[in-house]
Amino acid sequence: MFGALADATRRDIVRRAIDGEEGVADLASHYPMSFAAVQKHVAILERAGLVSKERIGRRKVVRTNIAGLLAARRLLDRYEELWRGRIDRMTALVAAMPDKEEPDR
Amino acid sequence: MTVTAVRKDTNALTLTLDAEFDAPPERVWQLWSDPRQLERWWGPPTYPATVTSHDFRTGGRVEYHMTGPEGDQPHGFWEITEADTPRRLAFRDGFANAYGTPNTELPLNDVEVTIEPIGGGRTRMSILSRFPDVAAMEQLLGMGMEEGLKEAVGQIDDILAESRVRA
Repeated sequence: MFGALADATRRDIVRRAIDGEEGVADLASHYPMSFAAVQKHVAILERAGLVSKERIGRRKVVRTNIAGLLAARRLLDRYEELWRGRIDRMTALVAAMPDKEEPDR
Repeated sequence: MTVTAVRKDTNALTLTLDAEFDAPPERVWQLWSDPRQLERWWGPPTYPATVTSHDFRTGGRVEYHMTGPEGDQPHGFWEITEADTPRRLAFRDGFANAYGTPNTELPLNDVEVTIEPIGGGRTRMSILSRFPDVAAMEQLLGMGMEEGLKEAVGQIDDILAESRVRA
């Protein structure tokens, strides 16, 4: 369910919803899966803050939250930087203390 | 360069890093399980960490603070959900107030660490970091949403591109 296919489907939903013209049923017609499955993907994206549902007249459409996507991307970049720094320090520490023995406390 | 792969999934809000070490898994595990070693890599050089409590087991808890250049001391804690020596560690990393009590207004970050031997006395460590939602991410970094929409649309294809894997 949440493997590569689910990932590709959610990416595609986010891409289609940039226009904000389709409801969940319209979106579901693009994929070889049940309405319920697509609804679940939309719900996951909505919970993450990456899409939202908007009422246009009598219709409810799914719209991509572009600012949210950008913010997510920037945060992931920041966290990559943080972890790269940590891994560099870990590497230096292992090189300085290669011994498997528990060090003195 | 010990980081061998990075994967960012903007839709799932996850970051995965793979790194390789010239040491056996038991040695890599100590980087996490020994509080004195943990202190030497967790915080950046400008914000060194001090571990004040270290109950390193499944269901246990680690408490720490970092000390900034202005003497500011942000506190944090881990709730360890799995500690399987020397293979797997999972914990929720959160902010705390000055007394170590969790700050429930700030979001938690889920971290999963997998450590495995790859032969020749070497070890691969994979770190998966998962965020609950974009609002939480903004809160964590104190960032705003005033990004220009035009610029955003220009970047969208790049953002939605297949997750990059690079060395």
